[in-house]
Amino acid sequence: MSDKPLPTIDPDSAPFWAACGEGRLDLPHCRACARPHFPPRALCPHCHEVGCDWRAAAGTGTIHTFTVARRPAHPGFKDEVPYVVALIDLDEGVRMMSNIVTDDPDAVAIGQRVEVVFDKVTDDLTMPKFQRID
Amino acid sequence: MGARDPVIVGVADTALVEGKMAAGTTPLSMQAHAAKAALDEAGLRVADVDGLLVAGAWGQPRPGNMMPIALAEYFGIRPSFADGTNIGGSSFEMFVGHAAMALRQGMCEVALILYGSDQRSARARTLGGRPTYYSLQYEVPWGQPTPLGSYAMAAQRHMHLYGTRPEQLAEVAVSAREWARLNPAAMMRDEMGIDDVLATAMIADPLRRADCCLVTDGGGAIVMTTAERAADLDGTAIDVLGFGESMSHITIGAMPDVAWHTTAAEAGARAFAMAGLTPGDIDVAEIYDSFTITVLMSLEALGFCGRGESGAFVADGRTRPGGAFPMNTNGGGLSFAHPGMYGIFLVTEAVRQLRGEAGPRQVPGARVALAHGTGGTLSSGATCILARR
Repeated sequence: MSDKPLPTIDPDSAPFWAACGEGRLDLPHCRACARPHFPPRALCPHCHEVGCDWRAAAGTGTIHTFTVARRPAHPGFKDEVPYVVALIDLDEGVRMMSNIVTDDPDAVAIGQRVEVVFDKVTDDLTMPKFQRID
Repeated sequence: MGARDPVIVGVADTALVEGKMAAGTTPLSMQAHAAKAALDEAGLRVADVDGLLVAGAWGQPRPGNMMPIALAEYFGIRPSFADGTNIGGSSFEMFVGHAAMALRQGMCEVALILYGSDQRSARARTLGGRPTYYSLQYEVPWGQPTPLGSYAMAAQRHMHLYGTRPEQLAEVAVSAREWARLNPAAMMRDEMGIDDVLATAMIADPLRRADCCLVTDGGGAIVMTTAERAADLDGTAIDVLGFGESMSHITIGAMPDVAWHTTAAEAGARAFAMAGLTPGDIDVAEIYDSFTITVLMSLEALGFCGRGESGAFVADGRTRPGGAFPMNTNGGGLSFAHPGMYGIFLVTEAVRQLRGEAGPRQVPGARVALAHGTGGTLSSGATCILARR
């Protein structure tokens, strides 16, 4: 078991986390305007219609911005500092927070290309993280 | 002035020692003392209060945290108007606006805005204290230091796009310290230069320890009434000329533009339009400084400088005592006090400056002040424009 804070999965988020467990990064796409959004919710934040379909994302994107945590946000991250938390712009057009998996946090920069990697945290939870592909 | 035009007639804040409240104080008793002091200043009584506006972190977490009714009981009053909305540290600038509307509408005659926190004494503050419910489940599990990491991400993006430099961020902290050195009530009063700020530990790149606000206890009170009622009171009534609010997101990934403080721009534009004023009319600015980057992005969004120009705007000491743009004149959240939510102190300091009561830190001839609050992780903005007639 992880001693890190884990997501409190709810009906809005369950399909996202379930897909991660199957090695896919699924995003909700609005049935009315076809645009994806994230985090998942009951209505489209762009056109405000209700109802979406889940489709797999390519899993690639670009670092929009990031920070290097020099102090742990929670005791569970004590052994990982310094670690990188980033906002990633997925190629489908949504922005997502995650970690950049790297041995060299100081080499991370805005604009770098990244791809998803899946980290099986517990038997029930797999988290998407990202690593550089250039 | 119209009879029901809103005015501020009393302000108070809790005296702290080394950032802590006196022994034997609770968040509730702190608010009672602040309320009494602000009402005394106005020449009003607790029994006159019929509007109650409060936000904070005290109370019963679940189910329901009903601060207005908890305080109504504590004070022994039955308000006809209440607001317990929490949009973060900017809630108190929002409350000035909401109280102004309620006073105009005749929903109340005397509105009391309150804040109290024992977070330093209770050691309640951590970098990861938020639960992983709802959209925070996509933020907290990755170890995002909260709220620091989100401000750091904004600073990183601002530096990337505009070339903003660490020493320009540091200038915001140094300016606040220079003002704090003129304020006996400020917690941090030792001399501090740019190099001192840059020598503090990096916490979440690019933000260092001295880019971050203090963690203190603290409380305050603001008393508002109508111009008609104020005419019968002693003391200087401060006019509320304009106000505005806006809010957009709880997770930083949903911020409309990570390098642009959208909600500050919207709130500020609404407040200036209502007041019929422009940024050039402001004599003294009190701008929420949870982090140094918060101030830089607010200065741009409020129109005091152009987009991306805030680093250069502050770099020449413009905001320090004696500078052309007096800002955060009590020492701000960076050097005066920051009890979790700082917004109430933006207004108490603006009022004291407009009354000419700020002693060694008084801005000569200050007639028009702007107080701008930022809440959450650059999530909300609320602005009010105040003036001495």
